[in-house]
Amino acid sequence: MTWQNSAITITTLLPVAGALVIALMPKEKDRTIRLLGILFTGAALVLAAAIAIGFDYGKAGLQYVLNVSWITVIGARYHVGIDGISMPLYVLTFLLSFLCAIYTWRFVPDPGRTRAFLALMLLLETGMAGTFIAFDLILFFVFWELVLVPMYFLIGIWGSSNREYAAIKFFLYTLLGSIFMLLGFLAMYFQGPDPHTFDMVRLEAFGASGGFSHTFQLIVFGAVALGFAVKVPMWPFHTWLPDAHTEAPTIGSVLLAGIMLKMGTYGFIRIALPFMPYGAQKYAPWIGALAAIAIVYAALACLAQKDLKRLIAFSSVGHMGFVMLGIATLTEIGIQAALFGMVAHGVITGMLFFCVGSIYDRYHTRQIAEIGGGMFTNLPKMGGIFAFVAIASLGLPGLAGFWGEVMALLSSFNPSPIFLPEHVGLFRVFMVMGGIGTVLTAGYFLWMLQRVNMGTLPDRWRESGLRDILAVEWVAWVPLLVLIVALGLFPRIVFGMTDDGVRGLLGLFGG
Amino acid sequence: MNIDYHALLPEFILSGTILLVLVVDVFLSERRKWLAMPIGLVGVSASLVAVLSLIGNVPRVSFGGTYVVDNFALLFKGFFLIVAIVVLALSLRYFREGGFYQGEYYFLLLTSFLGCVLMPSSRDLLLLFISLELVSAPGFLMAAFRKGDIKSNEAGVKFFIIGVLSTAVMLFGMSLIYGVTGGATQLNEIAAKLGTLSGDQETLALAAILFVVVGFAFKVSAFPFQFWAPDTYEGAPVPVAAFLAVASSAAGFAGLLQLMFVAFIHQHEFWVPLFAFLSIATMFVGNLVALQQRQIVRLLAYSGIAQAGYILLTFALVTDDVASNHSAFSAAVAYILIYGIMTLGAFAVTVAVSRRHPSLLISDFAGLAKTAPVLAVGMTVFMISLAGVPPTGGFWAKILIFRAALDRGGALGPWLAVIMLVNSVISIAYYFAVPRQMIFRDAEDGSRLRVPALVTAVVAVAMVALVVVFVIPNPFARLADLSTLVGAG
Repeated sequence: MTWQNSAITITTLLPVAGALVIALMPKEKDRTIRLLGILFTGAALVLAAAIAIGFDYGKAGLQYVLNVSWITVIGARYHVGIDGISMPLYVLTFLLSFLCAIYTWRFVPDPGRTRAFLALMLLLETGMAGTFIAFDLILFFVFWELVLVPMYFLIGIWGSSNREYAAIKFFLYTLLGSIFMLLGFLAMYFQGPDPHTFDMVRLEAFGASGGFSHTFQLIVFGAVALGFAVKVPMWPFHTWLPDAHTEAPTIGSVLLAGIMLKMGTYGFIRIALPFMPYGAQKYAPWIGALAAIAIVYAALACLAQKDLKRLIAFSSVGHMGFVMLGIATLTEIGIQAALFGMVAHGVITGMLFFCVGSIYDRYHTRQIAEIGGGMFTNLPKMGGIFAFVAIASLGLPGLAGFWGEVMALLSSFNPSPIFLPEHVGLFRVFMVMGGIGTVLTAGYFLWMLQRVNMGTLPDRWRESGLRDILAVEWVAWVPLLVLIVALGLFPRIVFGMTDDGVRGLLGLFGG
Repeated sequence: MNIDYHALLPEFILSGTILLVLVVDVFLSERRKWLAMPIGLVGVSASLVAVLSLIGNVPRVSFGGTYVVDNFALLFKGFFLIVAIVVLALSLRYFREGGFYQGEYYFLLLTSFLGCVLMPSSRDLLLLFISLELVSAPGFLMAAFRKGDIKSNEAGVKFFIIGVLSTAVMLFGMSLIYGVTGGATQLNEIAAKLGTLSGDQETLALAAILFVVVGFAFKVSAFPFQFWAPDTYEGAPVPVAAFLAVASSAAGFAGLLQLMFVAFIHQHEFWVPLFAFLSIATMFVGNLVALQQRQIVRLLAYSGIAQAGYILLTFALVTDDVASNHSAFSAAVAYILIYGIMTLGAFAVTVAVSRRHPSLLISDFAGLAKTAPVLAVGMTVFMISLAGVPPTGGFWAKILIFRAALDRGGALGPWLAVIMLVNSVISIAYYFAVPRQMIFRDAEDGSRLRVPALVTAVVAVAMVALVVVFVIPNPFARLADLSTLVGAG
């Protein structure tokens, strides 16, 4: 075992080891448990950073590969590796988890039980990270499903009033989708190259060379895409998301928006598109249409929200719409836009949920009307950061949210000339809808800021002595705030990683 | 006629133990009646050692081919004996504190297990029938063991009437097979003879197969012979319900696997649609009715029906292709084993909870995470596993069936897989109701629940086993694969 072939395994499984250690701690040692949470997520982040630094960005293909036999009877292998497409999401997973652990140092939602809370969070971290480095379909599916159980309990135990409903809805909805995805995987196994394999690298090569028949692709792309679409979530499969977000505890929302939604879009880019190019070509206009609807629908829904957290949740649906629109164009620029949008959305919306969580911690309400404005007066720093992040989220040039959206719109002006020559007009309509969406997005965010930040402070908050940003919040948030600016000014941070990967991907299916 | 005594050693030891339990009971004072359990435990363990000593020394044939000990038989024998140890462990406190006739109970229980252990080796219609009756007959009595409770009486009577009726139909079917094959009783002889039939004789043979399937469908609680199960489990003492749900049902499947994959294999075109229907109907009935249950034992009963539907699905995958039959067969075996672990674990938790809440409503599990954390974590794992969600062994069990279904080729396999998938999702709604009570709700009586050490041990072992199987599924999957002697035959 060398660092080259064990790095990913160690990094990905470290949180599980942490979860075990924490689960075995005595319940009374609350501080030690929280410290352990920070230590384990921190150590994992350091390892992930070491992987990112040691990665050879000039080389195409997978690195840090470990491919060993796992379940011989069904032909599944333990095949992990990382490439430019996975890298930003993989690192982001560890970064956000670490920041969540720091945040937990001060904030553990009711009803306490820190030990179980952190153990589940660490388990979730492994599930999410594993999804991005698995290169065997069964392994991918295992990691994909592994996130469900911890998230179910995070929402169900530490959520707000309607938590049980939200938790089971989240679970059933996602599982129903992913189970069709599993069926699609098994179908690919049997229709794939001889000897049968779940290996994603081999299936990708097989699919890219037109190995799967057209009818097969139409059916199986649909099944697999359904699983991914629920996770993204694409309109009209999004209804679990506002409920889950509204009820989830702060760090649940951060990880859900920051990482878990990306598992769906990542699945499209990693599996659905390259394995079944013909299916992708046929479904792309539909995906584009759903994405365009999502953008406009989410913006309109946001305008109608009274609950701050629900508003942010719906804005996620819109942002993921831009990501899906980029993917649907089947162009290099579109997929680059999608990958960038995923990272940017993870950072920005993760940060927005942190803000909303902290606002709720002060006001004990998330109703915009009850907060009643004037946050600049009594919590000037909080108000400032909230405004900054909201503006980043609406896509202001120079901040992280800009590149993903503008490039997605740009790419839908010129969808892939090879795959979608007869749909140029249609995609231009999508572009216009997306443009309308950006205007509405700016509208609802600014209106939200107006209602929360501006205006006169209601009397009930005047003497309440609410505390502005705490030290632990600064520590947890500064990295994200820096990233928002850095990604906006130097988008090459992400593009530099993803360039070769995306080019290789498109080269595979003749782009 | 050769008799291989080493191969029969497990059965001999078990039979000796049964007689010993019966005799010793007479000489024990009322306060010491419980000693029958440790005696039984020692006997079963010795029998298990005898089974282990046979590993690698098989196949062994006795009584002119009617009794065969091969890998398939050994795997099931080992499984049944381990289940016996667990059920004995669960019974001790329950029967000691409940004021039951303990000696008689252990005698009946072990007799049933003798039937279970005989079943996978029986390669002859008569032996199969005897094994099946040996499993069932003591079951009728055990189900009615809570004499004072009207529900237990109902449990016994219902079980008895339906059991006897289906046995009669099955026996009729067997006699028809005996007739059309010109006196064959051994399974492979039957297979050979049935393959040569034509015309009216063949029609008669098909009817006979149908009748035989009925008998086993009752045993594994398949639709439309499932309705005894919830009432019987609910009325019976909880350890007996565990026995019926796991050992009795697995014995039924062990017999059914041999009949279908060996004796009736050439008629598969006739019975594959039949099993497809049985499977679909069984899973839907089990899952949909389970959604409305308020009592844990009834919930587990309907869950058992649904799970039987999944296992029956593998029978509907049989084709002319030996390799694909092989994967269907080993998927069935693997599923039965995993189902046994999950369900036994769930019943162990139920036994512990029944000490405080005899009515065993699901709402009685409220707050278990605080009052008995080990049980709550264990039960959560069992429920997640029964639903087939990672990180548990139940996930692999389902994957193996899906794989076999898609491996079959044609339209039937994928459709069955889709139906099973939909059912799996439905099942989550009721499986998760239990953890929801345990973890999200608070108990009325928040004091710690006192749990017998044996029960805690069973829960812990089952829980760890399920997680280990999830992480390292290979040895387990190979185990099921090895036993596929019959499938290839």
